[in-house]
Order: sequence, then structure tokens, then C-alpha cells
Amino acid sequence: MKKNWTKFLVVALSVMMVFAMTACGGGGGEAAPADGGEAAAQVLKIGSSGPLTGGASIYGTAVKQGAEIAVAEINEADPSFQVEFKMEDDEADGEKAVNAYNKLKDWGVQVIMGTVTTGSCIAVSAEAFEDRIFELTPSASSADVTAGKDNVFQVCFTDPNQGIKAADYISENFAGKKVGVIYNNSDPYSTGIFNAFKAEMEAKGGEIVAAETYPDDTNADYSAQLTNCKSAGAEVVLLPIYYTPASVILKQAKDMNYAPVFFGVDGMDGILDMEGFDTTLAEGVMLMTPFNPWSTDENVASFVEKYQAAYNELPNQFAADGYDGVYAIYNAFKAAGLSADQENAEICDAMIGQFTGGFTYDGLTGSGMTWNDKGEVNKTPVVCAIEGGIYVDK
Amino acid sequence: MKTRLRLSKLPPYTKNAAISYGLVTAAFVIVSLLKAAGMISSSLQGQLVPICCYIIMAISLNLVVGISGELSLGHAGFMSAGAFTGIVISGLLETSGLPEVGRLIFAVIGGAIVAGIFGFLIGIPVLRLRGDYLAIVTLAFGEIIKNFMNIIYAGKDSTGFHLKTNPELGLEATGRMLLNGPMGATQVQRISTFTAGFILVLITLFVVQNIMNSKQGRAIMACRDNRIAAESIGLNVMKYKLMAFVVSATLAGMGGALFGLNYSTLLPVKFNFNTSVLILVFVVLGGVGNIWGGIIAATILTILPEAFRQFADYRMLTYAIVLILVMIGTYNPAIRARLGMLRDKIFPSNKEDPKAKKPRWRKSGKGVA
Repeated sequence: MKKNWTKFLVVALSVMMVFAMTACGGGGGEAAPADGGEAAAQVLKIGSSGPLTGGASIYGTAVKQGAEIAVAEINEADPSFQVEFKMEDDEADGEKAVNAYNKLKDWGVQVIMGTVTTGSCIAVSAEAFEDRIFELTPSASSADVTAGKDNVFQVCFTDPNQGIKAADYISENFAGKKVGVIYNNSDPYSTGIFNAFKAEMEAKGGEIVAAETYPDDTNADYSAQLTNCKSAGAEVVLLPIYYTPASVILKQAKDMNYAPVFFGVDGMDGILDMEGFDTTLAEGVMLMTPFNPWSTDENVASFVEKYQAAYNELPNQFAADGYDGVYAIYNAFKAAGLSADQENAEICDAMIGQFTGGFTYDGLTGSGMTWNDKGEVNKTPVVCAIEGGIYVDK
Repeated sequence: MKTRLRLSKLPPYTKNAAISYGLVTAAFVIVSLLKAAGMISSSLQGQLVPICCYIIMAISLNLVVGISGELSLGHAGFMSAGAFTGIVISGLLETSGLPEVGRLIFAVIGGAIVAGIFGFLIGIPVLRLRGDYLAIVTLAFGEIIKNFMNIIYAGKDSTGFHLKTNPELGLEATGRMLLNGPMGATQVQRISTFTAGFILVLITLFVVQNIMNSKQGRAIMACRDNRIAAESIGLNVMKYKLMAFVVSATLAGMGGALFGLNYSTLLPVKFNFNTSVLILVFVVLGGVGNIWGGIIAATILTILPEAFRQFADYRMLTYAIVLILVMIGTYNPAIRARLGMLRDKIFPSNKEDPKAKKPRWRKSGKGVA
């Protein structure tokens, strides 16, 4: 028995060692020529990292798959210019994200299209700033991501900007109505949106009659918050929160016969795919999402079709962010007249010039995207209503 | 050959200490030389400071788990206290004109002191418990420190330093948030260096090895091996256990400050239960009570997940398999004997004293089991 164990271990360990050696050997290769057979083709190496394992893996995986669709399109369209895309797992952790970034550097990355989550993006952007590598994050929304770093840009709205856009929309389309808010006051995302929303509503002369808080997204009872909104007479209730608590709120509002217009932000996206959620509860909910997979827009329809064919599921906003991220980089790269054999710092400076110099990109997550010198995006948000179990553009 | 023979004649403590110092110094010199020659990948270079931090964590936890014989599942909490204290101190000194090294020294000292205070406060109730109960309560305290960090807001402006448990600090427009509750610290200036990490590892080693080899250390181990016997000869068990616990927390705070100042951002959730367990794995894998074993385990287990990036989706699976195999391997007597034979083949000088072989192998695993 013991002998068998030893044999097994010896075999297993030697297999491991072989693997480890190949792993080491692969690390050193830099600037390898294109392996597509076209010796003259330029190859731009775009790297990314995001959570591909763990609790947040749906976000990372979606960005990866969306980006891969874009890369496949680009490579097919122009054989003389190829994009190589590599995504490393960072488990939504700053330390792992820096490790992943360094691994990408060993691979010879030229532009970073990442990272997916905010915390790891702040850690990576500090490194990329020092190394002068251009970075465009598809979905890290905190203002800290771009603060003080001229080479970092965002595809998605910052949290405060989202709050401002929501306030603009509500004060325009629900003028004179009383507004209530239920938000998570221990969550930076939720608090960030609410603070900006409140300031903008006050500036626009709107009335917030109830601002109710709860401490944790695992909270199971929101009847106190709903009752306060109801007794304050709120006709529109903003939910700047993720879809899990929102689903409970919708259920409990229905139980107490309270039917205001619920208005969600991008965190609400995904509620229709939630397991065990009765989608009729979401009927009439409005949400400001960057991406509507049921849109009749030609580009969106084509993306959704390709995505479904490749991955057999409906793309979410993160997939669209990833797709837009790759295309925005590619278009800016082309517009700047860059070549893939230039130094990273040269590429970085030219790309910054493009992004801050009036470069416009029409993407799946908003048309007419432009960037300011802080790295924040400006685009028209898409407001949808849930009708018949799908999003309908409003 | 001569040094080898002399090494084996040294008393076990001195020998272990010599191995530990030698190991760390040799690794530092080799890595520094390779780094200067540009032969180290960015991937490994980025991991040098975290490796130093994890080594410090492993050595300090070994003081509680191996030497004092108590299972602690909340070690990341002390790391967290040290890290955020270090970040605040470094942030406050940013405008003082102090060089980076000076700021790092103050940050590390501050982190160590605050973590030590946490260790003392937590140690008083916790160490009155024994065995599993103690482990569970340390786990709870680890989580409490994490949640405490979640509600701490700190900032600075021209009027001074502000610390509150809610985000309304009333900072001036030019002020800067240092800690932002659940958003943690952002815009941290990265001042940790590999050299600083190396020096802190040496300090940690020095402290722990000297405690082990002192009157107090022997008292701590006596309390571990037989509490009743220790009490019967008049040892204050609580005092010695608390001593080990506080020293361990202080060292962890030092490692935490180094870790915190190596990244531009740090979230309180980083120091959750998983991190505590990770550190415990270093200790257990390296051999409970075995200092240099912990150093090697911390290094290898930090590098492995990165080396396995080649496997993409199967990376963590591979890592887990390796972990299990190593655990089985190092604790299997048959394999140990095999390894012993292999070692004798490579270093035949050990053969001259066949009796010495068995106890030597047992020594590393001996202790608390």
C-alpha cells in the first residue's frame, strides 16, 4: 500500500515538475512574431485582467467573451493588422491583479484593456501609470481609478456621473413628482451614486422626500424603508443598488400594494436572469443601463447574435463593455496612425492625445462616446423600461 | 564539508537559527544579483515584497501556533491593523519632507504598535479559552477587526488629522481621504522595497528565534506541553501565552504595514478569513514550530499560483492538487524515509551517524500535534 503511494507521488510530482518547467519557459518569450503565418502582419498585444474565478467571475468572464468577439471581428476584417488578446485571472483582488499585470508585462503587453473590477483597477492603474502603458478599463467605475493618472480611461460611467445622469433624466421626465431613494450606505458604489444624485436633484430643483438606507446587500427586510417612502408619498423610487436587494424590494413593495415607478441604475441589470425571481414583479421598472441586449440597433443585434452563437447565452453589459473597450482602443490606435512595433510609452502618449483630443466612438454602450482629460467618458445613457420580460428602449 | 560537519554539531536551536538566517540572506543576495542583472521576470519582481510580507506573517504566526501551541485563525486581522495604520502614518508624513525610507520606518513602527495593542486587547479574553474554543474566538476577532476597518474614515487637511466612524469628516477642499471605510485606502504612495522586506524578515527572525531560546520562550513552551505541570511550578500561564500572542501580533502588524505600502490601494476585505487560513497553511505546510520550513512554504505557495497561470482555467485546481500532494508527501513516513535516503546519497557525510537520522526527521514535526 505504502509503495503504491510512493509510486503515485513520484509520478505525480514529476508531472508537476514538467508542467512547472514549461510554465517557466513560456514566461521569458517576448515580442514573438505573429504565429498566424502572415509574417508581415502587425500584432498589437492587448492584455486584460478580471475575476475569472470566484464570486465576481460572471463580470470577468463576460468582459473576456465580449472582448474576444471584438478581437475576432478585427482580425477577420484586416489580415495585415492582428490583435492578440490575453486575459489573466485576478479574482477581483488588488494583489492578484498586480501579479496578473506583471505577468502580462512579461508577455509583452502594449495596451491594457482592464481591469474589470474597481479595487484591482486602482492597483493596476498605478503600475500602468508608472510604466507608461495605456489603459482603458471597461467597467471599473470609481473616480479613484482615473484620478491623477493621465493614461487611464473608462468605458463606463463613473458612479457620480451615473447619479447625475439619473437625476437629469428623472427631473426631466418625471418633473414635479416626489422622489424617494433606497440605497446601501456601506457600499461605495451605491453611496457614490446617491450623493451625486442628491446634489444634482437639488440643483435642478427636484424634491427628494425620502432617502432610506440599509447597511448590507444581504438584508432580507426592506418594509421599513418602503413604508417610509410610501408615507412620504414618493411616486418615483430610485434604487441605486445591485439587483439582489432590488429583487427583494420589488417583492415586498408588491406585498404592501405600493406601486411607484422604480428606477434602477446599471446594478439593476441582470435582475431578469436571476434564479427564482418572478419577472412579472419587475414589470414597469425603469433602468438606466449602458446596454440593452433586446435593442433593435443594428450593431447591437449583430453583436448579440455572434455572442449567442459563440457562448450560447445572452450578453450582459459587461460583455458589451469589453467589446467596446477593444474597439475603442483599436479605433484610436488606427486614428493615431500608430504601428504595433512602437515603444509602449510612444503608444501611450499618442493614445492619450487621441482620447483627449476629440476622438469619438459609437459603441454598444452608448453613442458618441468622448473622453475628458480626467479619463471619464461622456455618452448618452440608455434608459429602458422592463416590459413583457425584456428591456424596451425609452 | 567542514562547515556542514560543524553545523550538525551545533545545538538544535542555534542550528535552526543559522539555517534560517543563512536561507534568507542567501535568497536575498541571489535575488538582488539576478535583479541587477535583469534576469528576473516582472512577474517575480512584483512578488518579492509580498513574499517578504507572507514570510513575516508565517514566522509570527508560528510563534502562536508552533511555540505557544494555540490555533489562531485571525492572524490577518493584525496584518490589517498594521497595514492601515502604516498607510495613515505614511500618508500624514507625505508632506513632511521626510525621505521615503524614513516614512516607511515610522509606518512600520506605528503599524507594529497598533497591531500589538489590538493583540493585547484581544489576547486578554481570548487566551482564557482553550483548544477549539480559542480558535473559534480568534476567528471571530479577525472578522471584527475587518468590520472595524470597514467603518473607519480618516483624512487630513491643513487643520490636521481627522478620524471618525462615519464619512462626514468635514475635510477642506484641499484635504485628502486616507481611509475611506469599505473603499479602503486609495492613492497610497508605494514606498515598500525588497530591501526593507528583507530587513524586516531578519528582524522578525531575530525576535522569534531569541524568544524561543530564552527563559520566557522555554516557559511558553512548557505551558504548551503541559499546562498543569507548568502551573504547578509557578508559571503564570496566561502571562506567557499573552506574551507570545502580543509579540506575534506586533510582528504581523509590521508585515502588514510593509504589505499595505506596496500597493496603491488596499481594501479591508483583503484581510478576511481566507487570508488568515492562507497564513496558517504556510505554517502547517512548513512544519508547525519549524521556522525555516515556514519561510520556504510561504515563498513557494506565493509563487506557485502565478507560475501556474499557464494552465488558465485549471490554475487553482492545479494549485490545490499540489498543495494536497505536498501535505501528503511531507507527512507520510514512507516518503520521509525515502527522502532521507536520497539526502544521504547526495550528502554521504550524514551517513557516518545513522542514529542521528531518525530524531532529526522527527524534530521538525514534533511539538504541538
